Amino acid sequence: MNSTAMSLKASTDLHQVSDRLSFSAMRNWKERLIEAVLLAAAAVSVLTTLGIVYVLLSESVRFFETISIIDFLTDTQWTPLFDDAHFGIMVLVSGTLVSSFVALVVAIPVGTVIAIYLSEFADSRVREVAKPVLELLGGIPTIVFGYFALLVVTPILQVVLPGLPGFSLLSAGLVMGIMIVPYISSLSEDAMRAVPMSMREGSYAMGATRLYTAIHVVVPAAISGLAASYILGISRAVGETMILAVAAGMQPNLTWNPMEPAATITSYIVQVALGDLPHGSIGYQTIFAAGLTLLLITLVFNILGQWLRAKYRENY
Amino acid sequence: MQSQETPTLKAEARNLNFFYGQMQALKKINMPVYDKKVTALIGPSGCGKSTYLRSFNRMHDLYPGNRYEGEIRNTNLLAADVDPIEVRMRVGMVFQKPNPFPKSIFENVAYGLRVRGENNRRVLDDKVERALRDAAIWEEVKDRLPEQAPNLSGGQQQRLCIARALATDPELLLFDEPTSALDPIATAAIEELIHDLKKRVTILIVTHNMQQAARVSDYTAYMFLGEMIEFGKTDEIFIKPKDKRTEDYITGRMG
Repeated sequence: MNSTAMSLKASTDLHQVSDRLSFSAMRNWKERLIEAVLLAAAAVSVLTTLGIVYVLLSESVRFFETISIIDFLTDTQWTPLFDDAHFGIMVLVSGTLVSSFVALVVAIPVGTVIAIYLSEFADSRVREVAKPVLELLGGIPTIVFGYFALLVVTPILQVVLPGLPGFSLLSAGLVMGIMIVPYISSLSEDAMRAVPMSMREGSYAMGATRLYTAIHVVVPAAISGLAASYILGISRAVGETMILAVAAGMQPNLTWNPMEPAATITSYIVQVALGDLPHGSIGYQTIFAAGLTLLLITLVFNILGQWLRAKYRENY
Repeated sequence: MQSQETPTLKAEARNLNFFYGQMQALKKINMPVYDKKVTALIGPSGCGKSTYLRSFNRMHDLYPGNRYEGEIRNTNLLAADVDPIEVRMRVGMVFQKPNPFPKSIFENVAYGLRVRGENNRRVLDDKVERALRDAAIWEEVKDRLPEQAPNLSGGQQQRLCIARALATDPELLLFDEPTSALDPIATAAIEELIHDLKKRVTILIVTHNMQQAARVSDYTAYMFLGEMIEFGKTDEIFIKPKDKRTEDYITGRMG
């Protein structure tokens, strides 16, 4: 009786083992399927990027067969749809850079100060409420921000600066800055919270206050994270479209004065893409040349960001 | 070896209780701290020795929910009307893991001086050099003062942190297991340094290393479960402990 039970038990064990083996074979197969699906998902984004670059480049090549790169970079007028056509991209670049500059003058200081407050001063209850609310600000559609700039901020600015036109880079840039604040404050706060407590304690033990510690120890320790958040902010500003299309006016204008209206690369593309340009015309190709320029500008900032991150890598 | 005259009192804990929220971490601690002597705090992990040490520079005030009862007299460190920042201005601290700031070697040592508003370059140069000499690291770093401090080796970083604490002439220097992250050679250098430093500063040191306590300290306190079990001259504690629990701990039967 006893031995029968034993042998029975042994055979079930054997059965279980072979079962487990077949399970593992199946698992292997499933594992491969999942891997393939994941690879395909990753490939979609990479292929999309490559496709975009290909389209931009091939259309731009055709554009540059007609227009010389020298003219493109040095001409001071952008009138691609006029009879007397000029293709000076600097006109659009100036609008993009000026509006981005205004936005960053707002977003970098405000975002950094908010991050310092949340990371070093706010108690956890304040932080738990303030952070989601700030991130909500980042979720507002940019078209709403655009009309906010046009209908609220511009009239207020006109009270302070009487000569300000109805459309201006200043107004659009300021609102764009407000839009970017949560991106910068959220990422910067994460970077500062990652600074080890022991480093702060070292500073407090020397008799330093919270503010002194934040400015002289925490910020320098988190500098690569802060730089990364600023670069993200710049990329957002350079690529922002709707706010500028609505509030900055769309007339091409080579200017470095934020008090003037001007078109940016993005708002030009919106404007032209909405019209009825024939496929293959020179006007149609300007979209791609302008898009390529925009891509190159953001690429430069991303490379700069990578370089900064490598240079000021946290070494704690 | 030790002077026979009674040492002067630097500070004294009287009925010191400490609470992390509801949890009582220190229970009625009474202990003298003698001037220009090294006092070692030993005991198993979680016995409250670091908590006790951190009461001396009011580190606990940084976090909400911490509460003291009782007092640390003479320097009056725990009195409610004394600003913790005042206390920390007079008490230096060296941590378990070297924690240099992400700044140059020079700026690390000058940090406390700058916190105190000293910006005169000549004074800073002077005091930084003296602190680095006192911390026995001057010869190694004198040609690389503008370099980033985190690039130094662990032992050098710890001596830099000692220099940083010394630069502001503290009355009391707290060491929280200063050698637990260091190799034996760096440890020997730090121990020798502590031995030299007691000529001019009162030192409290928390250590897990019994030999270290025996080597560097004049007085030793054994703590267990938040209580001060025994305090006395180091040779007496190690040769003839009065309490059974102390004996068990230092002979390695416990902890």
